[in-house]
Amino acid sequence: MKRSLIDIVDLSTQELDELIACAKDIMAHPEKYSEICHGKKLATLFFEPSTRTRMSFEAAMYELGGNVISMSSAASSSAAKGESVADTARVISCYADIIAMRHPKEGAALVAANNASVPVINAGDGGHCHPTQTLADLLTIDIQKGRFSGLTVGLCGDLKFGRTVHSLINALSRYEDVRFVLISPEELRLPDYVKTDVLEARGIAYEETADLEGAMPSLDILYMTRVQKERFFNEEDYLRLKDSYILTPAKLAGAKKDLAILHPLPRVNEISVAVDDDPRACYFKQVLCGKFMREALIIKLLKEAGTI
Amino acid sequence: MNIEPIVNGVVIDHITAGQGMRLYELLGLDKLDCSVAVIKNAMGKRGLRKDIIKIDQEIDLDLDVIGYADPGVTVNFIKDGKVAEKRTIDMPEKLVDVIKCRNPRCITGTEQELRHIFILTDRKNKVYRCMYCETQA
Ligand SMILES: [Zn+2]
Repeated sequence: MKRSLIDIVDLSTQELDELIACAKDIMAHPEKYSEICHGKKLATLFFEPSTRTRMSFEAAMYELGGNVISMSSAASSSAAKGESVADTARVISCYADIIAMRHPKEGAALVAANNASVPVINAGDGGHCHPTQTLADLLTIDIQKGRFSGLTVGLCGDLKFGRTVHSLINALSRYEDVRFVLISPEELRLPDYVKTDVLEARGIAYEETADLEGAMPSLDILYMTRVQKERFFNEEDYLRLKDSYILTPAKLAGAKKDLAILHPLPRVNEISVAVDDDPRACYFKQVLCGKFMREALIIKLLKEAGTI
Repeated sequence: MNIEPIVNGVVIDHITAGQGMRLYELLGLDKLDCSVAVIKNAMGKRGLRKDIIKIDQEIDLDLDVIGYADPGVTVNFIKDGKVAEKRTIDMPEKLVDVIKCRNPRCITGTEQELRHIFILTDRKNKVYRCMYCETQA
């Protein structure tokens, strides 16, 4: 049966575990998978530019022996001529076996999925969801820690608008005994509905703090995000706060030896380059994990659709 | 105050006092040609004030609109001067084209002919969220 991935909550815990196992198997035995998508086509529909996500999907499909077709650019495409997302999805379904779509409007991926006759993977729909980023995050944590249960996960930076943070909380809070430390300025705290609907509803322990260094010693995972200037009402608040949430070697002084530092990338300045050589920095591994999880996901959805 | 009893039509009863006109507008009753009475602050049996709407015509009402706007309302369908059917209207699980998403970044704002669908995600707190972007109504 055709199935799409719009939101990380569309996947059960068992499915997450299976995807992680599959991605690890691909990493260990790439030759086993190098022809699995032979003759199949992935269409990448990016209505807004995101070169790294698009290339990750394309590299994933090539490594599975498949092909990629792509819109040259959003500006010259049918979208610029006013074609609806629904129609675009119907048309592209005639060319491709699976679609990866990024669109600036929230909910666009669901519209595409409801109209496409092939599986649709949401590669980001505005500020709403970006489930393959969360898959990358989960594989990185699994490889570094070998487990999700019992971890103390620090989320730092923009917790209000950061969609990757909300998805990661949603995914990790299904595992036993996970604790969250929410580190952000007052202005960018985690929205109440995430606290009530996810954390409190599932009885997950969490604490909120504005102090990154103070929280550091308790953390097993530190997930950094960007604090963007445009999220603040005034320049002074931004200037006053921005340095508090920049990770430097000095701020890592009290951290555990086996801390894993993640970041969805691209970073601007929230992790100083001096941290890159620290063995605890995992954000480039995370990029690699993203590609392997996309491979596992493409295989899963094409198998469920009966295409491979 | 007396309103003639209805022979064939609909009586919307137990409307929260003060909500009658809002319901009248949401249901588009202004577009009807038949007699419609909106009674404000009528005294109910338990001594509580309520609003009532009487429609002197058998019409198809969007019960989801009623359930969304004022859950707990009673709708009586009158036939030949008798109550043929009485229904208490609860909050619907799904609202289709009743309200619009107010998130300016939502796909419903730009995609032509897309139905506006909201899902009840929290009955206790009466929370509806847009099916597409999950913004609270
Ligand atoms: Zn919406």
